[in-house]
Amino acid sequence: MNHLPLIIKREYITKVKNKAFIIMTFLSPLIMIGLFSLVAYLSQLNNTKEKNITVLDESGQIESIFTDKETVKYTILKNVTLENAKTIVEEQESYGLLYISDFKTTIDTINQDEKRSVDVAFYSTETPSITIISALESKVKEHLKEINLEKKGVDQLTIKNAEVDITISQENFTGEKTSEADSIVKLVFGGAAGYLLFMFIIIYGNMIMRSVIEEKTSRIIEVIISSVKPIQLMLGKIIGTTLAGITQFGIWIILGSVLMLGASLIFDIDFSQVNTPQQDLVTQAMQNPDGNVNMQLFISAFFNMPLANLIIAFILFFVSGYLLYSSLYAAIGAAVDNETDTQQFMLPVIMPLILAVYVGGFTVIEDPHGTVATVFSFIPFTSPVVMLMRIPFGVPIWQQILSLLILIGTFMFTIWMASKIYRVGILMYGKKPTYRELLKWIKY
Amino acid sequence: MGNLLEAQSVSKNFGDFIALNDVSIAVEKGSIFGLLGPNGAGKTTLIRIINQITMPDKGHVLLDGEPLQRHHIQNIGYLPEERGLYKTMKVGEQALYLAQLKGLDKAEAKKRLLEWFERLEIGDWWNKKIQELSKGMAQKIQFVVTVLHQPKLLIFDEPFSGFDPINADIIKNEILRLREDGATVIFSTHRMESVEELCDHIALIHKSNKILDGNLNAIKRQYKSNTFEVGITTDNASELQRSLSEKFIVSPAEFKTLNNELKLNVKLSEKESANQLLNYLTTKGEVSHFLEVIPSASDIFIQAVKNN
Repeated sequence: MNHLPLIIKREYITKVKNKAFIIMTFLSPLIMIGLFSLVAYLSQLNNTKEKNITVLDESGQIESIFTDKETVKYTILKNVTLENAKTIVEEQESYGLLYISDFKTTIDTINQDEKRSVDVAFYSTETPSITIISALESKVKEHLKEINLEKKGVDQLTIKNAEVDITISQENFTGEKTSEADSIVKLVFGGAAGYLLFMFIIIYGNMIMRSVIEEKTSRIIEVIISSVKPIQLMLGKIIGTTLAGITQFGIWIILGSVLMLGASLIFDIDFSQVNTPQQDLVTQAMQNPDGNVNMQLFISAFFNMPLANLIIAFILFFVSGYLLYSSLYAAIGAAVDNETDTQQFMLPVIMPLILAVYVGGFTVIEDPHGTVATVFSFIPFTSPVVMLMRIPFGVPIWQQILSLLILIGTFMFTIWMASKIYRVGILMYGKKPTYRELLKWIKY
Repeated sequence: MGNLLEAQSVSKNFGDFIALNDVSIAVEKGSIFGLLGPNGAGKTTLIRIINQITMPDKGHVLLDGEPLQRHHIQNIGYLPEERGLYKTMKVGEQALYLAQLKGLDKAEAKKRLLEWFERLEIGDWWNKKIQELSKGMAQKIQFVVTVLHQPKLLIFDEPFSGFDPINADIIKNEILRLREDGATVIFSTHRMESVEELCDHIALIHKSNKILDGNLNAIKRQYKSNTFEVGITTDNASELQRSLSEKFIVSPAEFKTLNNELKLNVKLSEKESANQLLNYLTTKGEVSHFLEVIPSASDIFIQAVKNN
């Protein structure tokens, strides 16, 4: 008798009908979007606060470049000593005081022998933000350079005309055009796929483990396994929970996008302005020297990826990687009596997973085909995550197949091992087993 | 009638621990078979082997003359000692699920469940969750689920634990009724009074070995010591006790009577008959109590375990 469909159905229905599950399904996107909106709103608030910067330019040659911007206003002080200026600024409670010392108008004042013949300083009550300081620095530097060039007889127009702008056009040997945007799109997709798998394993692996423990603590397990084989029960549990997980993830994605759209319309928040490291990369790439924001480039970059390969590999690696880990979770659940005892066994399961995410995150960005990234995309416990991150950059098919075969071989082994532990563990109560005992169970 | 179940020289080790050592039992069709033994003797291991939860290292088990196979689980109903139900599932859904796992189709399972629920007067529990029920109530559901698929062989491990006397009695009568309908029952318990009431045949397992096996009455005959409880009213009690002691082995007895008689246990040798003793006693006084001491299942249990 094959009871697998029946077990899967029960696992799925009880999970989906569970109150906590339903609440989590609908509340999580709300909380996430809420937090996200809050962060976006707050960072906007932070940026829009007007900053007053007082400038004391003793040379009188630079102050002209400080023109008011939307978020920064400049006050120019004249004929005041530095000490007086400090007191004035402190009393006014303005953001800070930029001081530029006098310097000779001849070229030799800024030569290599006298490295700092012009003093530029910033005085403020609180430590100023790094973006403001670097903006001021580059402003002053640029202007001083211009002054110097002019002194040498080079005028502004000549400088402008001398500027060259190049973008390296990228093309692979088969003639497909690629661009910088390509790498970024690949990185984002690879990273998202790897991270998604990571999250999925953690959330639903735990759910499987809890559900095994529940069967043990409610003592129903012996009734069930007098009717079905333990391995059937274990597989049914894993598959049923996974389907519930896919349902939940699906709802999250749909609900998340709807809410995101809604929130951005209602509260007028531009989510692309929330700065995450990836988005910085994206904005950098988009502001290429021409200044034309090129969405076209990203769309074509998306279609430049090996899409069919990506989708098939995503499904295969996701499923195998998930099965590998979830069987371990099921075995842990079977080995212990309650959730607090799981800690000891969780660590060796979580470690390779976290390693995979970090190795993937660092080495794949560095060089997707480097030694470390390649090796880790073959080690079965890290390969699903790392390989998923690598694939958008084009991984030879033989590597993908080999890695997948190793992975499938390993998960067949872990499922076999887990079912052994499971078979013995579900009937063991009381003492928390040691690793040596677990090994003995496998041999029974 | 033949045997429904035969376990032949079954052995099972867990690492260095010997759980069962060359144990054989034969359960006759239509009988109630008591599987007895102290805690940790190996009863549960034997029961799990019969249920194909664990595999024996040596020996085999025949059901209806065939070696045990996977499909046989449909012919067995098992109520384990460690039992429970999914706490958050509704009674009806859960019973249907478990019945389907035993191979019943959904409609048939529902029909039979409703019949059982009606007979045990628990029909209004269908939509309740297990966590809302008391332990005894949950046990009732479990009993129903165990027998629902009308298996040929029923295995009950401590079936009465968790029941009050009234419900224990209901369950006892249900077990007897199932036997009337042709089921064979293996019954594992520590409660010796229920062994006396129900079992035709017992096997005693102690420290992984079977130390006693047979028809309950035959075992009792084997264990009886030819001792009689005597109550007699006489003028000279001490004189009578002295003269009896010369002929037989005598010890004081304790039982309840209305009068203040001399109460004695008198053990006869194999040559002497009960009539000889009775005839002698009637010449000495008024006999108000004369009863052969039959060992209880509990006495046999304790004695057999001690002797081993």
